[in-house]
Amino acid sequence: MSPPAAESYLSDGRTLWSWLTTHDHKRIGVMFLGLTLFFFLVGGLFALALRIELLTPGRTIMGHLAYNRMFTLHGVTMVWLFMIPAIPSAFGNFLVPLMIGARDVAFPRLNLASVYLYVLGASVTLWGMFEGGADTGWTFYTPYSTTTGTAVLPVLVGVFIIGFSTILTGLNFIATVHTLRAPGLTWMKVPLFVWAIYGTAIIQVLATPVLGMVLLLVALERVVGAGIFDPARGGDPILFQHLFWFYSHPAVYIMVLPSMGVISEAVSAFSRKNAFSYRMIVYSTLGIAFVGFFTWGHHMFASGQSTFGSGAFGAMSMLVAIFTAIKIFSWLGTLYRGSIAIESPLIYTLGFMFFLFFGGMIGVAYATTSLNLHWHDTYSVVAHFHFIMVGATVMAFLAALHYWFPKMFGRCFPAKLANGAAVLIIFGFIATFVPQFLLGNLGMPRRYADYPPHFQSLHVASTAGASLLAFGFVAIAFYLAWSLRHGAVAGDNPWGSEGFEWRSASPPPTHNFHVTPEYPTGPHEYAREEVPHAA
Amino acid sequence: MPPEAVTGHWGSEDARKQAAYLGMWVFIATEVLLFAGLFTAYGVYRSVYPEAFRAAQLTMEVGLGTLNTFLLVSSSILVALAVHAVRGARPGLGGALLLAAALLGVVFLAVKGVEYAHHVKEGGLPGDAYRFTEVPRVGASLFFTLYYLLTGFHALHVTVGVSVLTVLGVRSAAGAFGPEYATPVELGGMYWHLVDVIWLFVYPILYLS
Ligand code: HEM
Ligand SMILES: [Cu+2]
Repeated sequence: MSPPAAESYLSDGRTLWSWLTTHDHKRIGVMFLGLTLFFFLVGGLFALALRIELLTPGRTIMGHLAYNRMFTLHGVTMVWLFMIPAIPSAFGNFLVPLMIGARDVAFPRLNLASVYLYVLGASVTLWGMFEGGADTGWTFYTPYSTTTGTAVLPVLVGVFIIGFSTILTGLNFIATVHTLRAPGLTWMKVPLFVWAIYGTAIIQVLATPVLGMVLLLVALERVVGAGIFDPARGGDPILFQHLFWFYSHPAVYIMVLPSMGVISEAVSAFSRKNAFSYRMIVYSTLGIAFVGFFTWGHHMFASGQSTFGSGAFGAMSMLVAIFTAIKIFSWLGTLYRGSIAIESPLIYTLGFMFFLFFGGMIGVAYATTSLNLHWHDTYSVVAHFHFIMVGATVMAFLAALHYWFPKMFGRCFPAKLANGAAVLIIFGFIATFVPQFLLGNLGMPRRYADYPPHFQSLHVASTAGASLLAFGFVAIAFYLAWSLRHGAVAGDNPWGSEGFEWRSASPPPTHNFHVTPEYPTGPHEYAREEVPHAA
Repeated sequence: MPPEAVTGHWGSEDARKQAAYLGMWVFIATEVLLFAGLFTAYGVYRSVYPEAFRAAQLTMEVGLGTLNTFLLVSSSILVALAVHAVRGARPGLGGALLLAAALLGVVFLAVKGVEYAHHVKEGGLPGDAYRFTEVPRVGASLFFTLYYLLTGFHALHVTVGVSVLTVLGVRSAAGAFGPEYATPVELGGMYWHLVDVIWLFVYPILYLS
């Protein structure tokens, strides 16, 4: 007699070894969730240190070199160890196979390898931190990064390795979505989150190799004086910027596209309505993935590139805003006349839409060359990308964490507490970053440890907001950790969602489904009859 | 559940093959893009320092480069024949062809080594180490840096490819593959063709033109 099948993927083997050798996409997703949350904490502590230093003009708690190292490590950790892997590697891994009726991803062993590459890359980066860390900023601009005496090398190598983890994950998703959809699940029935992950995966595999090579070149420059980016040896630092932004601009969409997928799911689930204009959301996802490759020059308006180049890059950038606007209108259309359930994932969703809209509009302003020259490399840019990357993407991450927590662990969390924390966090973000727009507009440059006294009140406001945020995160960590053990048992579908992932048990069994699910209807189908729009 | 054990979570061997192919194509795309950074740098600096690049290029050993091109193209043909043999139920022959292709890869690396030795002797080294007297340093040292990066990176791929072909060759000779299961040989073959194709870009821009 064979032993009885384990109830869920969580109880199928309880030893550490069974986790470290697992091929189960759900366990791999949970491991990524734990790892990325850890680095979110690390990056967050760096951020708080920065904000405390900026509380007063002059030296508050650290010197200038320490400050430079701190913001570099903050950026590196947040971008490569948290933002880029968080939603695709954690939630994507967990959900994509469930949403398309597959038993696992296409290459489970490769998937496990990507966890180990991530851990290896993260360890090398951490080692660099203990060696004192780099002081170049997360952009590693040459020639400074090739000449500074700080520990740039381990950080470069660490990020290079993490890049391979990203590529493997992306490759796996592309093959999975193409070849493992359950019978009957045609492309136009695939849930919007899966589409978003698919679009992201394309960017991941196309852009990351270029970054890998650039980082390697900088590393070689330091080790053997290769000369490629060094003007003193006949090289060109601007070439570095071109190659770097060829990756890093699409990379911002690696961060924001998966978030948009989360939001599409949440909006449908919590307004109990079909996604409004599903196709437009799909096409705009692909549009963003495509156009994202032709906008990198908008980071280089001040680098002496040709006026024609700047104009063209600016215009291409604005196209992205159009695709984004399509999505925002679709979400609003879905919410409109829905029967809205105010739950924490929806509160985060509303926060997301606000931050994305506001931050994106300011991006359009930056893409205008004349305005850009006023704001370039000021705190205003810091506020812009934090609005979108932190304001919007972290909102989506928290929405995903709360929406799928019952799916992943089979437990609910205290709803009132969660709603309170969500509101606190949204206000914390606004309080942190709105003052930074004002600072930048007044002329405070980014990446400075010191400033003239008349900027102080805005800096104090920003630090106060950051403290609110920190408080909100601590609260979330506590009630979610508590709920893991003591939360009410969730049942299979506590939100009453029509999302495909809820068709398996919560938490799902090891192979996801006992019988292969069927897909007679499209995704996100709530009411049979569409509620008429416009009266 | 025996069928389960064979195909895992796949419906059929066919579906698995499809995924493996797709995965390989995506991987090849990432490899091409990895080299794209270097090709871009080459294009940029060649337009900045046309004279120095031409002068440095004239000192390359075209004979050895051409020999290497010949070696790689021949081995690529052998691999194509190997795939054909395995599909045609002659894994023994396939194995022999794969091992022969791997051998040509090793010869390629040896020739590359001879070239490198010549450069080292003359001082044609990358960046800071450049002390080649025939061509003045400005620009030419960048040419040599890119030369080492492109050929070195490519040689790394050849090394990986040689190991892959060797393993596949031994396993094929032992009868592990056949018409119903040729995917690993096909994928290994695709990888080797990629290595070949990249060289077909590296060779003209470094040695000819
Ligand atoms: C949708 C998600 C977006 C994300 C995640 C994002 C992210 C970022 C980041 C990280 C930076 C700063 C890079 C640095 O460290 O120097 C940045 C700057 C910039 N962004 Fe965005 N952005 C987004 C949307 C947009 C849009 C829609 C536009 C234009 C239409 C835009 C235009 C710009 C410009 C022009 C800059 C450069 C500002 C400067 O340094 O002068 N962004 N963005
Ligand atoms: Cu950009």
